Amino acid sequence: MSHQTHIDSRVKIGTHELQSRLIVGTGKYDSNSIMQESLEASGADCVTVAVRREKLYDREGRNILDFIDWKRFTLLPNTAGCFNAIDAVRVAKLGREILRKLGNPGYDWVKLEVLGDTKTLLPDPVATLEACKQLVAEGFQVLCYTSDDPIMAVRLKAAGAASVMPAGSPIGSGQGILNPNNFKIILEYLKGDDPDYPVIIDAGVGTASDVALAFELGADGVLLNTAIAHARDPIQMAAAMKHASIAGRMAYLSGRIPKRLYATASSPEEGLITSRPW
Amino acid sequence: MIEIEFNGETLRVDDACTIQDLLSSTHVEPRFCAVEVNLEIVSQIEYETYCIQPGDKIEVVTLVGGG
Repeated sequence: MSHQTHIDSRVKIGTHELQSRLIVGTGKYDSNSIMQESLEASGADCVTVAVRREKLYDREGRNILDFIDWKRFTLLPNTAGCFNAIDAVRVAKLGREILRKLGNPGYDWVKLEVLGDTKTLLPDPVATLEACKQLVAEGFQVLCYTSDDPIMAVRLKAAGAASVMPAGSPIGSGQGILNPNNFKIILEYLKGDDPDYPVIIDAGVGTASDVALAFELGADGVLLNTAIAHARDPIQMAAAMKHASIAGRMAYLSGRIPKRLYATASSPEEGLITSRPW
Repeated sequence: MIEIEFNGETLRVDDACTIQDLLSSTHVEPRFCAVEVNLEIVSQIEYETYCIQPGDKIEVVTLVGGG
């Protein structure tokens, strides 16, 4: 009997539909060509990018857009490096302008990131909520990076975020999902009466099993960057992340068995020819 | 000549300099950038006609790798 081995439906985030539930970043690669191959190996059809000043006196270097097929990938511009709502809204609008000029479908959304501290890169919840409200009012579909606090997640959804994206652990830390319980509560609160609302684990992924766990818990997507870009072999790790996301999602849809304290035999009791020690 | 601030640095440009002139002289790929003058975004259709004024603060940004 043949079995369906491809992943389930496309994931819908706001008005965008993605084939892959894995969203990957484009930062921190040793070279643009390794990035290019890693994006390919990840199977992602959405990649994040950052907005920065043009380097006016360094025209030797080519633009990252020379290495990303922006006619194929949906770009997701971020507001990384912003520490207040005013800057985040400004950067989001500049990103939108660039993507609009490119004709890329990602022009109307943004990964909102408003940081509170350079050491932990944890989000500033007050500024994040304020920026989220402003961007929603400006017509953006906001994918909102936040901590794993369930109450904050509820507030961001209520503010109109197209997706809430709790961090598994601090950005680039590779610690995985430190508090699966909080994450389960976030999923329950955000998706309980709205099962299609997308919740994406953003940040903290270290290796493939972290991705699988996120999906097994019920995440709709995973966004990661460093775990691929800084792996010893980024291209192979990108492929591992792809398989982990498919495996985790399929396991979630298949329904795992409950955990039990005692064993249950896999082989039948009937017809045993051996004797018991008691 | 007039003096403007361009991406945080002081720059002297011709009196009738447009955004398009500025991008050409600094070798910026116009397709891949966004331009902001005094915190207001200038759309691409205005690049050729928008005359830069003395003291304007201009930011030209592009996309880079990020997560």
